[in-house]
Amino acid sequence: MTLDDMVRRHGSWLESGINEGPVVSSRVRLARNIEAHSFPGWANEEEKEAVWMQANEIFQSMEARFIRWNMAETSELDKEILFERHLISQELAMKNGGCGVFASPDECLSIMVNEEDHFRIQSLQPSLNLTAAWQAADRIDDELEEGLTYAFSPKLGYLTACPSNVGTGMRASVMLHLPGLVLMEEMDPVINGISKIGLAVRGMWGEGTEAAGNMFQVSNQITLGRREDEIIAHLEQIVLELIEHENNARERLMKDRALVIEDHVARAFGTLSNARMITSSEALNLLSTLRLGLDLNMIDQFSRREVDMLFIAIQPAHLQKLENKTLEPDDRDVVRAGMLRDFMEIATEGEDLD
Amino acid sequence: MICECCQKKDATIHLTQVIDGNVKKLNLCQDCAQDSGIDLNSPISITDVLLGLGAHLPSVSPAATEFDLSCSRCQITRTEFKKRTRLGCSECYNSFMGELSALTKAMHHSGQHVGKIPARQGSEARLAAQVAALKKDIDTAIAKEQYEVAANLRDKINALKTNIESLENGGSHDA
Repeated sequence: MTLDDMVRRHGSWLESGINEGPVVSSRVRLARNIEAHSFPGWANEEEKEAVWMQANEIFQSMEARFIRWNMAETSELDKEILFERHLISQELAMKNGGCGVFASPDECLSIMVNEEDHFRIQSLQPSLNLTAAWQAADRIDDELEEGLTYAFSPKLGYLTACPSNVGTGMRASVMLHLPGLVLMEEMDPVINGISKIGLAVRGMWGEGTEAAGNMFQVSNQITLGRREDEIIAHLEQIVLELIEHENNARERLMKDRALVIEDHVARAFGTLSNARMITSSEALNLLSTLRLGLDLNMIDQFSRREVDMLFIAIQPAHLQKLENKTLEPDDRDVVRAGMLRDFMEIATEGEDLD
Repeated sequence: MICECCQKKDATIHLTQVIDGNVKKLNLCQDCAQDSGIDLNSPISITDVLLGLGAHLPSVSPAATEFDLSCSRCQITRTEFKKRTRLGCSECYNSFMGELSALTKAMHHSGQHVGKIPARQGSEARLAAQVAALKKDIDTAIAKEQYEVAANLRDKINALKTNIESLENGGSHDA
């Protein structure tokens, strides 16, 4: 499997499941370090290389299950693609020697080596399913531990480069599409409320990113003093409440402003079907409106999964990989508009629009 | 809004941190934010605020700057670790224990791990977890004036502690 194949399809974690609507996907990541080495941010090149070699040895026996990318041998464009697909972080993409990632072909599991910590295990699942994501991460963590001595203290748990991850080393998060709360201007109080109960809200591509296309990631902040299943249960309970808030907001929108919403959806449909140039932020907003239209049964020409996949496929590196050349921003806007027009045309093919 | 640091320029960086339910807001201009060690191109986390920025604000005790502690293993200094807001190695948790235990308590409202324990190396941790649970039971028993129960629990703890000591001395007990 190569990135050329990958950009033409979506990761399995985008498959639709139960609890659709506002929920896109669930993610669990575990931070782990080897006792004998300095943390990556402080380690010298040889030490980082030693950790990378150790990782390679462990993954050798699991070769069939993982694809490997060594950051030192990966082009800038390919790094961008891995980032856009949520397989690596921006931080890893900026690194080179001794750093890399092992990812499962279905893209549900990825293990970054020498990012902020020696190992960052990431497990993704479609819809709201944090327990399954945790179980998969837990299993691969056990496999890694067979060949490694982790930095662990009975008091502080798994020791991490940043004290904010110490303890379980676990960050669980759920990606949510919340256009109702944004349109009703209720997102700020929600973010404030959530931060008061030990959770955080971030944008689609994690820490430091904007909430483009009304996509938000809600995650735990507290990692010490709670068990993994407690952290997950708490987060899941809050997410269910958020879904209810979102659905209520949508209901009120439909009651008071149904025509306005229908107009928005129809205009998004029209623009995506006809635009000749489109920036990624405009496209994300239009796709968000389209997704809302699907949820509200205003349109039914495509599935939520297809729309979710476009959120990633319209990103700069994906467009360039598909076109097989470097594109300036203006050219990207043209290619992006073309891709979206094709999608809309195929989706509405044979349909009698009146 | 005027920058709270220099009181001159417009504040364009707005940080919010929540500790124990109290919301603290800090409004800085670009220059003061950069002087405080906030990297505008990378995500700002609560840790960065607690660690990095704290070092430059008057609220931090001046004694912290008088001598520079360093980690016995990786040699990272306290100043360095505050600047990077990341630790150098696992031994740093012992070297900077005083600071870190206050910091982890502020972040997590707890100082004791209760989650997963590594299978191979975790015998000691599992015993420690059992001791912690028994201590809780003793408190409950004493509260209910069940002193005999409490005494039995204390004996159990002592037995476990002997196990822990033999583990620390290189024994091969496996709980």
